[in-house]
Amino acid sequence: MAGRAGFSLQGRQAFYFALLLAPPLLWLGIVYLGSLFTLLLQSFHAIDEFTARIVPQFTLATYRQLLTQPAHIDIIVRTLLMAVAVTLAAAVIAFPVALYMARYAGPRIKALFYVGVMLPMWTSYLVKVYAWRLILAKQGIASWGFEQFGLMGALDRALEVPVVGGPSLASSYIGMFVVFVYMWLPFMILPLAAALERVPASLLQASADLGARPGQTFRNVVLPLALPGLAAGSIFTFSLTLGDYIIPSVVGAPGYFIGMMVYQQQGTAGNLPLAAAFAVVPIVLIGLYLALARRLGAFDAL
Amino acid sequence: MTPAIELRATRRAFGSVIALDSVSLTVAPGEFFALLGPSGSGKTTCLRLIAGFDQPDSGTILLDGEDVTNTPPFARNVNTVFQDYALFPHMTVAENVAYGLRVRGIAAAERSKQAVAMLDLVRLGEFGARRPHQLSGGQRQRVALARALINRPKVLLLDEPLGALDLKLREEMQAELKGLQQRLGITFVFVTHDQGEALSMADRVAVFSQGRIEQLDTPRELYNRPQTAFVASFVGSANVVGREAARFLTGSSRAFAIRPELIDLLTPDETAADGCVQCAGEVVDVLYHGASSRLRVRVDEHTTLAVARAETMGDGVAGLATGARVRLAWRPEHTVPLQD
Repeated sequence: MAGRAGFSLQGRQAFYFALLLAPPLLWLGIVYLGSLFTLLLQSFHAIDEFTARIVPQFTLATYRQLLTQPAHIDIIVRTLLMAVAVTLAAAVIAFPVALYMARYAGPRIKALFYVGVMLPMWTSYLVKVYAWRLILAKQGIASWGFEQFGLMGALDRALEVPVVGGPSLASSYIGMFVVFVYMWLPFMILPLAAALERVPASLLQASADLGARPGQTFRNVVLPLALPGLAAGSIFTFSLTLGDYIIPSVVGAPGYFIGMMVYQQQGTAGNLPLAAAFAVVPIVLIGLYLALARRLGAFDAL
Repeated sequence: MTPAIELRATRRAFGSVIALDSVSLTVAPGEFFALLGPSGSGKTTCLRLIAGFDQPDSGTILLDGEDVTNTPPFARNVNTVFQDYALFPHMTVAENVAYGLRVRGIAAAERSKQAVAMLDLVRLGEFGARRPHQLSGGQRQRVALARALINRPKVLLLDEPLGALDLKLREEMQAELKGLQQRLGITFVFVTHDQGEALSMADRVAVFSQGRIEQLDTPRELYNRPQTAFVASFVGSANVVGREAARFLTGSSRAFAIRPELIDLLTPDETAADGCVQCAGEVVDVLYHGASSRLRVRVDEHTTLAVARAETMGDGVAGLATGARVRLAWRPEHTVPLQD
């Protein structure tokens, strides 16, 4: 693609291009990649237990500490499971919305949907999280709604489920999951809608023309061609959940998440190497996720 | 014999635009049928209705005698070659070709056997493992053809299939398509805006204009006996002479058309044969085309006639330039009276 659209740059033009590209490249190269490298470096240092000072020497002690303490493993597994669950739910909820926006809505309805999807992002993140705590509280709107429809029994039974349940939605993993899905849904809908919009109508017609029923066309043509969008959206939902520390500390059960651990270790605990090691975990997990997505052919249609 | 396709008074409007206005036609089995017209004339709408991608507002569509007006495309025994080929980018060439069998639940081994046979038919046997984006335009077009033929449809619909190819490739594909159609005996319905393509390939041509069929005839009849001014000027080129000019040139006020190659250019000392219509005029311009030359001659204030002259001897219009005075003549039987 680049070869076809690209053209060679010469002389003055190349100079201006370099001038334009220098600031963003410096920003990405030094400020971003530099910090990332420092972070990685920090994780290979360790803290002196006695003096609480960082010893600037290469050691795997911090990683040993990260991966051998059962409490740390719990935190990683808990965060990972939540990220996977949120990503799957966001994909399932987003797909019909994105499909409708991209293929069936008229221009006005489509614009309305885009605004509707993006509007929540104009509101402060913190305001939304605290609003959700109120919505999900024991006497909140959510339980009132369940009561109105006579579903209080179902809600109670769901909250009785071990691990994910709790005394109220606001203090259970179910509630936290709901808030995560709500928060990241736009990041799934938008790339998915963009991918679906790029599928030419003639491909769907060709599929039907060759004898495919609508369900077959969906499985064989729409879904594979939407995969790059699904992959892009899931990278957002997956990595945002892995790194978030505000939602788990405001809504849900008291168990720690990776983000909270990073926040606490570099702040109150002052163990910068362990905070850095925890911060490396999401990077590794996303790397593994991308490799898996590539293996499954998510980027083949690009 | 039951017609392969029959449209009865089909009408389709998009808002206030009438794309197809009560069109009726029948296509015989095994016929190579062309839908010819400028863009927006309704020919593509007509094809989409036959394929089932769109439903008519009123009227009936029959395939092989069966009413399919409300049958979805996947249940019609008709396949389409799309203008943009519409190959699936995430499948190999062989998977594209085998798609029609796959959705019908044919086993994988049988599918690949038939796909290979189909690719051989369109001379792409080696290319099964490639992706569509690795092929040239002409190769993609042949893959689209193989994919559409694998279900052995009764009718193959082709939507401007040669439009995206360059001239030389287009001429090759014309011959190839015609040969393929004769070998397979399948009914072909071909949409094109290129009159040359329609004339050289089709058994019969329906000329569309503004949602209606202007004339439905064999290519020879269309060219030699165009019935309306639109057909005369759209199919080949013709001098369309209106009533006013006709009265001045022939004395009769019947509009007529005459092909540029049927007008004789007389030398100053030549006299026209008996019964010929004659007139004098001034050369407006001369265009040399190699095998022939074309000049435009103004015969009165409002009328300019195109005259084509074969360049057999290499000096067909030698010595003629803008402003030269010439005399023209044609036989009355070479003119075609037009309906008003």
